Amino acid sequence: MRYVIIGNSIAATGCIEGIRRVDTEGEIIVISEEPYSVYSRPLISYWLSGKIGDNDIFYRPGDFYRKNQVKLISGVKATRVDFDGKEVFLETGEGIHYDKLLIATGGKPFVPSIPGPKGNVFTFSNFDDVKAIDRVIFREASVVVVGAGLIGLKAAEALVERGCNVTVVELAGRILSSILDEEGAGIVQKEFEKRGVKFFLENSATKVIGEEDVEAVELKSLDTIQANVLIFAIGVVPNVDIFRGTSLRINRGIPVNSRMETNIPDVYSAGDVAEALDMLTGENRVVPILPNAYIEGEIAGLNMAGKITEYPGGFPMNSIGFFDMHIMTAGLLNPSGGMETIKRMEKNKRIYRKLYIDDGKIAGFMFINSIDRTGIITDLMRQRIDISDFKERLLADNFGFLDLPKEFRKEKILEMV
Amino acid sequence: MESKIRKRIYPKEDVCIGCHLCEVYCILAHSGSKDLVKAFNKKDRPSPRVTVEEKDGYYITFALQCRHCDDPLCIKACITGAMYRDEKTGVIMCDESKCVGCWTCILVCPYGAIRRGENKKVASKCDLCIERGTPICVENCPNEALELKEV
Repeated sequence: MRYVIIGNSIAATGCIEGIRRVDTEGEIIVISEEPYSVYSRPLISYWLSGKIGDNDIFYRPGDFYRKNQVKLISGVKATRVDFDGKEVFLETGEGIHYDKLLIATGGKPFVPSIPGPKGNVFTFSNFDDVKAIDRVIFREASVVVVGAGLIGLKAAEALVERGCNVTVVELAGRILSSILDEEGAGIVQKEFEKRGVKFFLENSATKVIGEEDVEAVELKSLDTIQANVLIFAIGVVPNVDIFRGTSLRINRGIPVNSRMETNIPDVYSAGDVAEALDMLTGENRVVPILPNAYIEGEIAGLNMAGKITEYPGGFPMNSIGFFDMHIMTAGLLNPSGGMETIKRMEKNKRIYRKLYIDDGKIAGFMFINSIDRTGIITDLMRQRIDISDFKERLLADNFGFLDLPKEFRKEKILEMV
Repeated sequence: MESKIRKRIYPKEDVCIGCHLCEVYCILAHSGSKDLVKAFNKKDRPSPRVTVEEKDGYYITFALQCRHCDDPLCIKACITGAMYRDEKTGVIMCDESKCVGCWTCILVCPYGAIRRGENKKVASKCDLCIERGTPICVENCPNEALELKEV
């Protein structure tokens, strides 16, 4: 049996570990465009800020591939797959036969086509991006970050910590619009502003000014911002380019069933490129977060190795910190239509807790600076437990097991593990 | 192949008297000095890995620590690879040198058993007193409200 994995990030790691729980013999080949062992993409901002060193970015110990008997082909791009002949072709022209294939090519940053020079213009997605940014930034450098989502603001935070003067440009009317509401976003924006970050909301970059390197950025509002460095962090799209025009079904990403199978036999997909079940909406969609990538990869691996395992579905969730603040969110946030909400805001303590409740069950939540033991609440949401009897307690910092119905608590702690 | 936990601590809420001694001993066991006075005097005293669940006006308490789940979400969700299972014992451990304090483990732990540790920089969780051999909270519970059971 030969397993081939295209991609070498979190879903690939989950897949390797899933396969090896069942099959310790089969051959595993991983093809990676990047010249590295598996590393954690969310850590690139930590690396840039100097919080972690070169070796801390790696997601698994150095002997990971050897221990799992994996052949890693790194620094080489897979350019084509012949699904009928079951063969992956590399840019070198070499073909690699597979019995089972995992497509875990992840996402790629979306870059708008804006006129102007490309020098010192970056995206913020992989290790090489931050290495390149690291080479050109300096204290007091002016950096413009386009996009005030999770990636853009993690970039902005790291650059502030490196002593840069940062300006953030965002299309929406508030920062972190995918995970926060107006009030929550206000708290976070204030903390960035306290540290000198300037924001241009409801705005966008329309022109890059400069000879070879960026010197300034012109906005839709016609403001011009001086910039030594420009970073695009607008969004990420599934990396499906090499599969276009083949028999592989592609929507936005690659749709998969509960076993992570694509429409082609023996071909699986997982992670940021895959459209798997969102258990809250009941629909397949790309939920590009690290935990889902691992879990989907692991389930793909188990199934590829012959152990039938079903994916229960995932949902968006994020735990993210900026400076001395921390945010946890999950589920449906800012849903359209009137959903019941409960909330608690303590502005002086920068604490915010808000939950969305649908038919007595938690549909989503956003918590700022009140995050201890949040997993109990995430689990209530995942298990669709009716919280009507104790919902006000969900707003308390010290929500705990004694707030739960005795039966549920006993079952959970004494048996269900 | 796959290692799993063989022993798990179970709380007995009917006999827990809410004395918090489990927390005190846990701090002791995870202090560098292993001296109670020194451990508590230290500015950055370790945080307890066991939590006594209690609530105002509610006469039930019990102590809860990591369940060392068979299907651990904390390991799968960890963004750095710091959370791992010790292959020999099946105990889930946090490599504190790798943890960056993103708290994704706290977001996913269904038991609320992972805490922000001392200085709130790295995750802190029960290691079943892997170095001592037997969990100190179980040994020192005055009313035997914590029980170490084979699973």
